[in-house]
Amino acid sequence: MGLQFVSRAAILAVLFTTAGRAQDAVSRHDLQAKMDYCKTCHGSSGQGFRAYYSIPRLAGQQPEYLTNQLQAFSERRRTNNIMFNVAHVLTPAMQKALVTDFHELNPKPLGGAPKDLVTAGKKIYEEGIPSADIPPCASCHGPDAKGNEQFPRLAGQLHDYIFNKLTNWSKERGQKPGEPDVSAIMEPIAHGLTEPQVKAVAAYVSYLE
Amino acid sequence: MKLTRSRRAILVIGFAAVFPWAGHAESLAIRNCTWCHGVSAHGYSPAPGLAGQRREYIQNQLKNFSEHTRDNPFSRLYMWGATANLSPATAHGLAFYFSTLSPQAANDGNRELEAEGRSIYQLGMPDSNTAACVVCHGPNAEGVGEIPRLGGLAYTYLKRRLEQWGEGYHAAARPPMPRIASKLSANQIEALASYLSFVK
Ligand code: HEC
Ligand code: HEC
Ligand code: HEC
Ligand code: HEC
Repeated sequence: MGLQFVSRAAILAVLFTTAGRAQDAVSRHDLQAKMDYCKTCHGSSGQGFRAYYSIPRLAGQQPEYLTNQLQAFSERRRTNNIMFNVAHVLTPAMQKALVTDFHELNPKPLGGAPKDLVTAGKKIYEEGIPSADIPPCASCHGPDAKGNEQFPRLAGQLHDYIFNKLTNWSKERGQKPGEPDVSAIMEPIAHGLTEPQVKAVAAYVSYLE
Repeated sequence: MKLTRSRRAILVIGFAAVFPWAGHAESLAIRNCTWCHGVSAHGYSPAPGLAGQRREYIQNQLKNFSEHTRDNPFSRLYMWGATANLSPATAHGLAFYFSTLSPQAANDGNRELEAEGRSIYQLGMPDSNTAACVVCHGPNAEGVGEIPRLGGLAYTYLKRRLEQWGEGYHAAARPPMPRIASKLSANQIEALASYLSFVK
């Protein structure tokens, strides 16, 4: 009886301290410094930034998608030298705190896409391209393009970033042989779209709030 | 004789296209700048090279000088005066003109620090939250739009610029440089300035 109580207490204590440590592992100060660092490149409100390279919007992005991308960068499943360097030093606790904070941001889209492509883009987004076997983007990315878990938000994403990603899909994603990941779902879709179609759908989603 | 004259006419027309206010004030306007910024605008201490600098960036800086938001000692001493009477059209024409000249690397950094500078430039320092410069300034430090070319600028100029943000000068500059530069150590600044001075 006494023994059982003691061991339960011990187990509880262990659980408690590990939980406590996971929380403590990221101090508010460290988190703030890391967020400021991410925002140097990703924009002061995570809205994305056009520099020499097009740096994607993270604001409002699904935490599950963000976490998987950070892991993909550090495991080299997704190839990008810059983000490999950024991601491989993040502890799991820091990753969790960052993706939660980015999910909560909600700045206006950066804009900049040709407005005359929006109508054609909306049609592709909502209806897909049946003749080319392309399903509606809305069926996975959501009717308002806000995404869900592993399906990323596209609303407000930089149109030039989307263009670069979709036209380079198979060179950048799912790059670890023998370790297929969810990027395989998008691969045939990215391949099936023509350049003008990619430009149109990218322009449409880039203006969504 | 006739030919020379028509050649000259073509030159004048070419110039007039770049400098819509025309007349022969144009060569004077350029000479007013290259007097300090060096032959072919390749830089002459302490004035940095302007050749091949990005047009939008030059225009922004000319505005910063004339509005006195770029407020470090050399800017006050030299550039506040040089921009006091520049019309927006002249500033635009000069920015365009200098952006079309070919740059020349100053090559005056410390070769021993080049490798360290290259590493910070290309990879950043993720442990201390320093962003990789390459993302914004480009793989050859050539810049784009409002983000300046850094490749080939003089060591002393780059060093001074990076130090002065940390000292609080030009704090109203477009983000993010004040924050990035104020976190660099003296050694890191010397390494970056050395590396960049050699980039062609
Ligand atoms: C030096 C600039 C820089 C810094 C600092 C930086 N990033 Fe990035 N990030 C990029 C670039 C460039 C890309 C685009 C990569 C590509 O094109 O595939 C990117 C992409 C990403 C992506 C993929 C987004 C998507 O829609 O697929 C995530 C997630 C991300 N970064 C998170 C972060 C986090 C979190 C931080 C801070 C810890 C951070 N980044 C810091 C430049 C940076
Ligand atoms: C069958 C489901 C599905 C459909 C339909 C779909 N996607 Fe995706 N999409 C995904 C998944 C899953 C990912 C995440 C891939 C990863 O994690 O690498 C993704 C990722 C993306 C990305 C990368 C986002 C980023 O931030 O890097 C873009 C862009 C994209 N999809 C655009 C589209 C467009 C445009 C369409 C319609 C033509 C579309 N998708 C249709 C499942 C789908
Ligand atoms: C009396 C000398 C002098 C004259 C004349 C002068 N400059 Fe400057 N200029 C300088 C100095 C010195 C600096 C460096 C300021 C600093 O250290 O921040 C500078 C800086 C600049 C910069 C900033 C460059 C950068 O990379 O940030 C621009 C642009 C510029 N000058 C353009 C001009 C133009 C255009 C003219 C002609 C209208 C002109 N300058 C005339 C001395 C001069
Ligand atoms: C997120 C984008 C971004 C990153 C990352 C970045 N810069 Fe900059 N940099 C800028 C912008 C924008 C300006 C122009 C500031 C202005 O308009 O006054 C600039 C200006 C400069 C200048 C002034 C050049 C001149 O001609 O006077 C120097 C020097 C510089 N950066 C060095 C660096 C170094 C070194 C790094 C890496 C440690 C770096 N930058 C990282 C965006 C960036």
